[in-house]
Amino acid sequence: MGAGDQWKYLYRVLSKSGPYSDPDWVPGEETIKSLEESKILVIGAGGLGCEILKNLALSGFKDIHVIDMDTIDISNLNRQFLFRQSDIGKPKAEVAAAFVERRVKGVKITPFVGKIQDKDEDYYMQFKIVVCGLDSIEARRWINSTLVGMVDMENPESLKPLIDGGTEGFKGQARVILPSLTSCIECQLDMHAPRPAVPLCTIATIPRQPQHCIEWAHQIAWQDKRKDDSFDSDDIEHIGWIYNAALERAKDFNIPGVTFQMTQGVVKNIIPAIASTNAVIAAATTSEALKIATSCNPFLENYMMYAGEEGVYTYTFEAEKKPDCPVCGNLARKITVNPDATLEEFIETLGERPEAQLKKPSLRTEEKTLYQRFPPQLEEQTRPHLKLKLRDLVTSGQEVAVSDPAYTIDFRFQLIFG
Amino acid sequence: MLKIWSMKQQQQQAENAEGAAGKKKKKVTAAQLRVQRDLQELTLGSTMKMAFPNPDDILNFNLTIEPDEGMYKNGSFTFTFAVNQNFPHDPPKVKCTQKIYHPNIDLEGNVCLNILREDWKPVLNLNAVIVGMQFLFLEPNASDPLNKEAAEDLRQNRDLFKRNVRNSMAGGNVRGVAFDKVTR
Repeated sequence: MGAGDQWKYLYRVLSKSGPYSDPDWVPGEETIKSLEESKILVIGAGGLGCEILKNLALSGFKDIHVIDMDTIDISNLNRQFLFRQSDIGKPKAEVAAAFVERRVKGVKITPFVGKIQDKDEDYYMQFKIVVCGLDSIEARRWINSTLVGMVDMENPESLKPLIDGGTEGFKGQARVILPSLTSCIECQLDMHAPRPAVPLCTIATIPRQPQHCIEWAHQIAWQDKRKDDSFDSDDIEHIGWIYNAALERAKDFNIPGVTFQMTQGVVKNIIPAIASTNAVIAAATTSEALKIATSCNPFLENYMMYAGEEGVYTYTFEAEKKPDCPVCGNLARKITVNPDATLEEFIETLGERPEAQLKKPSLRTEEKTLYQRFPPQLEEQTRPHLKLKLRDLVTSGQEVAVSDPAYTIDFRFQLIFG
Repeated sequence: MLKIWSMKQQQQQAENAEGAAGKKKKKVTAAQLRVQRDLQELTLGSTMKMAFPNPDDILNFNLTIEPDEGMYKNGSFTFTFAVNQNFPHDPPKVKCTQKIYHPNIDLEGNVCLNILREDWKPVLNLNAVIVGMQFLFLEPNASDPLNKEAAEDLRQNRDLFKRNVRNSMAGGNVRGVAFDKVTR
């Protein structure tokens, strides 16, 4: 296929209406142009990230950014196909970006080596769509609450669709989140069952499995013998020490099976990653990205699960938005306040305002406990705030979170000085 | 993309609410909000006191339990609570600041309480943890030991165990281990 033909099949999809395309959709050059101009962010350049980057580049996205804080490890090479032996130790984001740029002509991939938390709202504001290929719930929750918090009614561009892919062994999921509009990651948090932990007492007294011995070495022996070294799961000497300590304990209890590899797996919490699961989930997330960026077809509403242990099973459903979701359920409402009023007076007005009607609120900002009614020690410590003026406690535009025992949900207000 | 934005506008009109516009300041985190609520809903008996070294940081605090009955009566036991930003998905981390003789608390201060580890669920709150902690002093549990010697004593000779508890609380030695004085 010649260079000019490379996008032939993609352009066919984008130049003709299909049975499912929206009647208002205008296929053709404009649509293709909007796809090529869409700046898209990929979070994670690991197992899913490699697939996602490759798929996006081959789907016609031309301006792709990628964030990852990790460096390449030898164990990544079996499935993270953008990396070679000679890349070990180099940052994933940079190597992945360079590889795809070399392979797909005309695509620009901008890597950032670091944490997503290093970047602020201004950074995330530049993208049209965010795609996640992450392995941590914590990072997902962070980006989710950041994107929900960015939604601004006066700026349509501030709503960034979030497409989240996740895999664990043979299972995976892809979901489309329209921050503040549809069910978010926080709403769906209870769908991730936390991994069952082994009771500390079992580890401490009666280990039954080789994993218990490793946990013992990791959680108890290290604390005991090497308190001053902070444990680093990437330090080969540290893992070696844990391995030997676990081995000895296993010997004492006649438990066979402790290996170096298992030690690494237990302390780093590794679940075997399956290349084909990543491929299935990455394909789902990137086709959603294409549909959202071009409007060529309706996108996923909003959760696709995949189970590949005993066959190829997928199921799609609409996860519901939780009205009391701590992230998207109650966006801060603006209220105008007199900056010279005291906190006590403000609290009284909360009881009177029809939108609040709070009788016994406790309230805080991100950095300050304004007033906490219980426990008594904290009440005493925060009571002096009641006599202070609002302007001495908060700045205009700051968010205040309010809980009241009379309600099961919490409230967020953005205080605007009038 | 335009379609998504018009969906948003419809939602906004339906709610007829004022959007959160303008420059954003730092948001109160989900963990902070939940702890604010949990603290407010605590029921602390006369045997429990809390302390907040930094009142603005409600994610880190101390709890002192002073049992008024049971084998640990007249003791004063202080625990640090560290709640992370993943709360309530993750349980709080609780540690005893003193070296005490207790079958479910080791010499490092680690606490073996099921709801702090394997049985933690996000629906549980700080009150459940505090009630559980208090229960550990009323009913030390020999079948779930973290301090094996203490558990063994409790199982085999309850009177000896009681004496050891008294002894250790007064700052004495039990089996060559020196304990902190924790009597009021």
